[in-house]
Amino acid sequence: MKLRTLTLGLLSASALAFAAHAESITIATVNNGDMVRMQKLTEDFTKANPDIQLNWVTLEENVLRERVTTDIATKGGQYDVMTIGTYEVPIWAKQSWLLPLDKLGDDYDAKDIIPAIAGGLSVDGKLYAAPFYGESSFVMYRKDLMEKAGLTMPDAPTWDFIKQAADKMTDRANGVNGVCLRGKAGWGENMAFLTAMSNSFGARWFDENWKPQFDQPEWKNTLQFYVDLMKADGPEGASSNGFNENLALFQQGKCGMWIDATVAASFVSDPKASQVADKVGYALAPDNGLGKRGNWLWAWSLAIPAGTQKADAAEKFVSWATSKHYAELVASKEGWANVPPGTRSSLYANAEYQKAAPFAKMTLDSINAADPTHPTVKPVPYVGVQFVAIPEFQGLGTTVGQLFSAALAGQSSVDDALKQAQDAATAAMTEGGYIK
Amino acid sequence: MARSVTTQHKTIATVAAWIVALLIFFPILYTIITSFKSEQEAIQGFSIIPSGTFESYSEVQAQSGYFKFFFNSVLLSVGSTILALLVAIPAAWSMAFSPTKRTKDILMWMLSTKMMPAVAVLFPIYLIFRDTGLLDSRIGLMVMLMLINLPIVVWMLYTYFREIPGEILEAARMDGASLWNEIVYVLTPMAVPGIASTMLLNIILAWNEAFWTIRLTTTEAAPLTAFISSFSSPQGLFWAKLSAASTLAIAPILIMGWFSQKQLVRGLTFGAVK
Repeated sequence: MKLRTLTLGLLSASALAFAAHAESITIATVNNGDMVRMQKLTEDFTKANPDIQLNWVTLEENVLRERVTTDIATKGGQYDVMTIGTYEVPIWAKQSWLLPLDKLGDDYDAKDIIPAIAGGLSVDGKLYAAPFYGESSFVMYRKDLMEKAGLTMPDAPTWDFIKQAADKMTDRANGVNGVCLRGKAGWGENMAFLTAMSNSFGARWFDENWKPQFDQPEWKNTLQFYVDLMKADGPEGASSNGFNENLALFQQGKCGMWIDATVAASFVSDPKASQVADKVGYALAPDNGLGKRGNWLWAWSLAIPAGTQKADAAEKFVSWATSKHYAELVASKEGWANVPPGTRSSLYANAEYQKAAPFAKMTLDSINAADPTHPTVKPVPYVGVQFVAIPEFQGLGTTVGQLFSAALAGQSSVDDALKQAQDAATAAMTEGGYIK
Repeated sequence: MARSVTTQHKTIATVAAWIVALLIFFPILYTIITSFKSEQEAIQGFSIIPSGTFESYSEVQAQSGYFKFFFNSVLLSVGSTILALLVAIPAAWSMAFSPTKRTKDILMWMLSTKMMPAVAVLFPIYLIFRDTGLLDSRIGLMVMLMLINLPIVVWMLYTYFREIPGEILEAARMDGASLWNEIVYVLTPMAVPGIASTMLLNIILAWNEAFWTIRLTTTEAAPLTAFISSFSSPQGLFWAKLSAASTLAIAPILIMGWFSQKQLVRGLTFGAVK
């Protein structure tokens, strides 16, 4: 008995000694299907790197953003790898809060990253975050309802066509809304959609001198069109609907069209979750013939904070999670349809992926149609398609989002919402020192 | 006639009480029901009859490892409560039995700190925790939870102690009891119901605290609030899994509250009709 206890004790001590020797890195991430899948597959990484242990912190998107911002700004050093978006990367890289990713390995093939995505994650030609999955936005529509309406969705529709189709598809007696769009207030909610939409109407947040542009006719045209469209053909209570609410409506067959993130395609075409899985078609986000489409560009990416003490281990992990090898690993375990989309050109050239994901070509075309460095028809002093990559944007974007959401709910007029947005933006820009 | 009216009133009051109780409890009940649905069932509109699948529970456990978070929640709520009582009992004793002209002001000031939005002090607290190496530590979080609940604990104990006649303590002193003996052997046993209900309430408050427990932890000290947060998703409908995670997180405190409800009500209404 004593010998057994002693043996057990020695074994535990050796295990502890090994654990103490192994370097552990902490990864902060969001809860979505692709990230959860990555956590399940990390054995592949730890087998190849037995000296590195992985600790996961999964948080809701807004909480994660707040947590990592606090940590990186105070150099708290709590995380070695952070999941951040296209909005944070250029701002944080300029503050020297992120390490450039220049040791991703010889076989990493950084040139394979889709140029539009790599452009949004680079500053002065250096990559500061590696994309885990990328997305744009496009039109998802019900092919059966479109046919019933006697229309054919073009690959690249105009806003006028969307309005015409929505009017014809709306059948409120049977619970069908012609179009479902985001209305919930927030810089990453309704303002992601409306900012991208405004680009196609020729609008912009600021002119070259950072003067807010909400008093210009392009914004009035955008917001008026959106409010009228949603009042005529949108779901009830649309001002509370974000991505998840519209996803639920579309999956239940209550939307004729839904313009939102390309990543939604895998959800609406999944027969286990969607009642309309076999009836969904895809098209590019609409335009108005001005040279810009109403689609956005976003990538959840892995970055390494400058304060980490474990940069080498962290970069090894980032390289593994965003590599071609990882895509093949997911494909072998869970099928090609579940490979994180929107990051590598090679994935879209893969015949098996094209077969498994009917939305692949339209996703790639949508991503390629977005240019974060030249997002608008007229010139602008900022980077970002559906956001303005300045620190003030989170607060200002949400304030403007609340005003526009109130206009959609009928609590204020379009003119009042735009006037208040102009005042709020002018105050924020003056306070931030952008306007002298 | 009078008796029938009374019976009728009682019946109406009972039915009304049940309706109100059901309305208040319904969100929790629906969360529990949803946790036994599949994800597809969960988004298919209102239904109170689940298919009875345990799929969400097994996925939640496989994804996050419930017990580590549960252990931290127990440790933090019980630990912070013990710390709070150690500080609050002497403080409340002094305020109740040796008040000065500033006692009321101090009590009001203590309570006023609860009115400050926590986010206003996030950065200074975060920096203090960083510099003292307390980020993601159970001890640090225990102290934090103790501090944020201390005003309520002191107030509650002060109210109970005020109900105890000062003459009994004086008599103990006349018999030669030291200050320590007076608090431990005379005051504390007499205030047991009050201390017990304060303790229970503080455990519940600490268990449910979500602002600091999420922001000051990463992996080692993260309690069940962080566990729930990890199942909230901006892109994807995981309502059944989120409901299963919420049910697992609230179940222990709900069961504890159910068994201790008599003590809680007794403690909270102690002296209320005076």
